[in-house]
Amino acid sequence: MSLPLFSSCTKEEKEDFLQKHFKEMTPDEVKRVIAKLEERYLRKYGKKFQIATQDALPGTLWGYGLDLSRCIGCRKCVYACAKENNNSRRHPQLHWIRVIRLKKGSLINLENSEHYYDPPLVPEKEYLYLPVQCQHCEHPPCVKVCPVHATWKEPDGLVVVDYNWCIGCRYCIAACPYKGRVFNWADPTIPPEEVNTAVHYLGNRPRMKSSVDKCTYCIQRVRTGRYPACVEACPTGTRKFGNLLDPNSEIRYIIQNKRVFRLKEDLNTEPKFYYFFEA
Amino acid sequence: MEAWKQILKETWHFYRKTLSLVFRGGTAYYLWCLFLLCFIFIGFIFYLKQHDLGLIETNMTDQVSWGLYIANFTYLVGMAAAAVLLVIPAYIYQFKPIKEIVVLGELFAASSIVMAILFVMVDLGRLDRFWHMIPFIGSMNFPQSLLAWDVLVLNGYLFLNLLIPIYLLVTFYYRKTPNWKFILPFILLSIPTAVGIHTVTAFLYNGLAARPFWNASILAPRFLASALCSGPAIMIIIFQIIRKVSVIDVEDEALFKIAELIAYAMFLNLFLLAAEFFKEYYSDTVHIAPFKYLFEGLHGHTQLVPWIWTAMTMNVTAFILFLIPSTRKRLSTLNLGCVFIIIGVWIEKGPGFVVPGFVPDPLGEIYVYMPNLLELMVSFGIWATGLLIFTLLMKVALPIEAGVFSHSEYEKGMSPPPPLH
Repeated sequence: MSLPLFSSCTKEEKEDFLQKHFKEMTPDEVKRVIAKLEERYLRKYGKKFQIATQDALPGTLWGYGLDLSRCIGCRKCVYACAKENNNSRRHPQLHWIRVIRLKKGSLINLENSEHYYDPPLVPEKEYLYLPVQCQHCEHPPCVKVCPVHATWKEPDGLVVVDYNWCIGCRYCIAACPYKGRVFNWADPTIPPEEVNTAVHYLGNRPRMKSSVDKCTYCIQRVRTGRYPACVEACPTGTRKFGNLLDPNSEIRYIIQNKRVFRLKEDLNTEPKFYYFFEA
Repeated sequence: MEAWKQILKETWHFYRKTLSLVFRGGTAYYLWCLFLLCFIFIGFIFYLKQHDLGLIETNMTDQVSWGLYIANFTYLVGMAAAAVLLVIPAYIYQFKPIKEIVVLGELFAASSIVMAILFVMVDLGRLDRFWHMIPFIGSMNFPQSLLAWDVLVLNGYLFLNLLIPIYLLVTFYYRKTPNWKFILPFILLSIPTAVGIHTVTAFLYNGLAARPFWNASILAPRFLASALCSGPAIMIIIFQIIRKVSVIDVEDEALFKIAELIAYAMFLNLFLLAAEFFKEYYSDTVHIAPFKYLFEGLHGHTQLVPWIWTAMTMNVTAFILFLIPSTRKRLSTLNLGCVFIIIGVWIEKGPGFVVPGFVPDPLGEIYVYMPNLLELMVSFGIWATGLLIFTLLMKVALPIEAGVFSHSEYEKGMSPPPPLH
């Protein structure tokens, strides 16, 4: 490239600028981009990264179950998520999971929800806790409104973002009924000693300033047969996860045998995130 | 060869004349331009800081993810769309007093669109990836995303509002009558496009089921009605300035006619708002929360309340002033009404429209958003840029309209144009 416009940029900046949409790259281009990223992360965090680009496993459609009668509102999932997914820690502190506290007696009207509850001890008698994250809708409004196809639904149902393609218009944040998306208002801050080096290109690789990110059900884990980090971190067994297409999966058992509901079903977004009560 | 020389000479004549028109003026002109340049410079410095450190330098958050920038964008799209209010009487009904000034209105629309686009640009986190939105080069999500629609119609409207006035001015420059067969289709097309840009901008919000405050079908008509108030109001003021500082005469009759049209538009605007008011307050569902936040405060948060009631008072007062012929036809009350409408509609469909869409957010959180200094300065900078563009356009367009700046053939034997102040 010898366009005068780029004459003052480094080769790397030029490449970044011209980088294609992830889905339009040839396998060779993907390899080059991964190599470039791994080198960059090594420079920044002093660690060797493994950036996966693994495709969806055939015959999978991921679904989530959450037992509201078990959740004690401890937010262990929130912090495990941030750590697993290389979220910006401070200024801004970005969380993909929000646990909101509701007064018992109301579940649908979230207007009296408390987002920053901070009692010495949880659970509290008169409250229940509602963890919310990306619901991986079958009809995701965020995907519909994105002006540049920077976010899409993968064959296994995961809604992902190409962080290098997002233009930062934040239309998806306005469109999401679940507050499932967060914006990198500044360059993410991750202490190098806490950085997670096992990442997926469409998931938890460290992001950059001014792009949108979100929960991916831990795409880097679930496509290799592991549970999402929040499922593993939960001390009460509130969180369940599985393949909706597998009749013997735990999530299918829950849908069959529990009284499940989904958040804001009236909006027709068809979330793949099922809330239920054990007792 | 000779012909080419002639064309080159004539082109040179045009540019030389244009430059001297732009660079020469009275003290007031210099001061005005300097004033605008100062704001542009300060705004640019602040923008560089935001560009460098990210949007964290603004007061926007994940809760209120659009703020002052998008509020101004929405308002300015309305300003631009309102040029149609002048186009319809000018070209369709051949109402002469307005026809003479319509070119100026169209150039104002073009300046407004430039400002609107700039407001979107500064709101974009990754300006460097703007090309992802360009059709065929990037991957525009058309027709699914309303933002993609907006990019197309806004640029289309900008094109029309440059093409039409420039074509007309060039024909004036050559002292020819415009070829109506060529330009009229574009003029007619600009009418639905004006409605289009504002409808699409309304739909951009309207289509989001996650935001009950915006998810009301009355939005697009309300947008159009309020645009037909604010755009013409600012033009009434601009036309009075133009006739003071140039040889162009804008008849009072034209201003009064525009004011009358504003009165109808304002009636419609207030009526549609009343319809929303009734629906929200009588049915009194959970979706009333943003309405309450705006008009009476929610859970003790009353930041927007004084603003919206100021806007309501101004809009109603202006409506009454423009409804009564005696106050409409007195310049002092006419101008007062215009100022009220410009500010009132800005509050109502700028911050008063964008911010409550985010409060409370979809999970019920209330985040109190007020723009910070950086957002204010960047916004002032963009307004100054638009006004400077409009001023410079006027500096060239007015002498052409007045017939004092034209093809050198016609300038022979003419006295030099009177200096513009």
